[in-house]
Amino acid sequence: MSSDPHSSIISGLGGEVKEHTEVMVSHCYQCGKCSAGCPLSEEMDYPPSVIMRMLQTGNPELEEKVLRSFSIWVCLTCEMCFARCPMSIDIPKMMDFLREKALKEKKASPKAKEIVAFHKSFLDSIRYTGRLYEIGLFAGYKARTLKILDDLALAPKMMKRGKLNFIPELIKDRPGVASIFRKTIKKNKN
Amino acid sequence: MLQSSEKPLKRTKIKNMTLGFYPGCSLKGSSREYSESVLTVAKAFNLELEEINDWNCCGSTAAHNLNRELSLALPARILSLAEKQGLKEIVVPCAACYSRLTVTKHELSKNPELNNAVIAANNLDYKGTVDVLNIIQMLNKYIMPNLEGRIVKPFEHKVACYYGCYLVRPHEILQFDREEDPQSMDEIMLKAGATPIDWAFKTECCGAGLSVSRTNSVGRLSGKIIRDAKDRGAEVMVVACPMCHSNLDMRRDAINSFLGEKVDIPVLYVTQALGLAAGLDRKALGLNRHFVNVTV
Repeated sequence: MSSDPHSSIISGLGGEVKEHTEVMVSHCYQCGKCSAGCPLSEEMDYPPSVIMRMLQTGNPELEEKVLRSFSIWVCLTCEMCFARCPMSIDIPKMMDFLREKALKEKKASPKAKEIVAFHKSFLDSIRYTGRLYEIGLFAGYKARTLKILDDLALAPKMMKRGKLNFIPELIKDRPGVASIFRKTIKKNKN
Repeated sequence: MLQSSEKPLKRTKIKNMTLGFYPGCSLKGSSREYSESVLTVAKAFNLELEEINDWNCCGSTAAHNLNRELSLALPARILSLAEKQGLKEIVVPCAACYSRLTVTKHELSKNPELNNAVIAANNLDYKGTVDVLNIIQMLNKYIMPNLEGRIVKPFEHKVACYYGCYLVRPHEILQFDREEDPQSMDEIMLKAGATPIDWAFKTECCGAGLSVSRTNSVGRLSGKIIRDAKDRGAEVMVVACPMCHSNLDMRRDAINSFLGEKVDIPVLYVTQALGLAAGLDRKALGLNRHFVNVTV
């Protein structure tokens, strides 16, 4: 293949990113504005611009590190990187794809256990009731992470202010919502 | 208070208008004061909000983090129910829901393959014909033109208007306000009698969905926002997103421990601040539900 570093990578993880999201990692010229503006880059193992560079190399070892990185999970999808990218590279869309792939291939960073547990507990609640049930979300999250004591003081304060529903809001067409889950999430499971 | 503000309304003979309403989960739970204040303000200005029947959660951050098709199929169900109900336009006060619904409409309109997959997953008709308004757009379209004579208690405070992420980003799709240093909320607060401050953190992220899983990160990100507002003399934070609100308000202990001092600037939804200026009842605006006492 071409040795031109600016050529579009069509193979490897960068190629997959392009195929699924139309995001071209080759467009990145490493200005670093994404990493500078990212509110969480200091908590990442690789800041966004470095993730871009790793994908540009097409090196399978580096691609593996991207999939196993903590960065892709701590990314908040605040979209600041995309807003400031001079090349309009949709990094958040790419991050969504990388997370989905990492999860599917069971490569999610162990450090991201709590983050993944929160997302899964959130979706469980919707799957069964159609809407988010906050007590159920907390219970599911605590069961997954064993972080039983976290935020325990928050619940009574929320209740006092009428901010917690004791009974979940159940929508009528729960089978319809359950079917959405079956036809999307399950379909993609190996 | 309510009576005095209702009188001039009758004189101006504003026609009753109906607008579709998607509250989203937060507004039915931990951020119910946002819903209360939206409904109270709408009622005071004769704007009828019609809730979408049997609506579901938009999937929020969790869905698009884990599965793209799901993250589009859930909002598509909401939009399709609104179409079925004959609604042409809906207001989505939660900035995160607003972003998800608008992004879904956009993605499905430009990707027929995805559109078909999502329609198949939903087993419902979806045409993409409903207009989605955020809270600022709703205020500007239906409330602000009728404001004359209604500001009976000018909100005379220095306010930091905090927009967060989802109201203005991704700009390519939302096409709302400016993505850096937006102005629309500042303009509304100016008309309510407030003095919006100039500051640097209008669109910095509060930590959003990491509130539970990484509370310390949220304390740091939200702490920087509160600190900048305080340093520039803000007496009140004004927001338009339940996640921004819950992080800046309910996570104030984490924020104060990051800042190493006790900062008790209250956080109001834009509809609460506007409602106060219009002389509406404090309890009806849900001001009793905040963690940080609303002393203004």
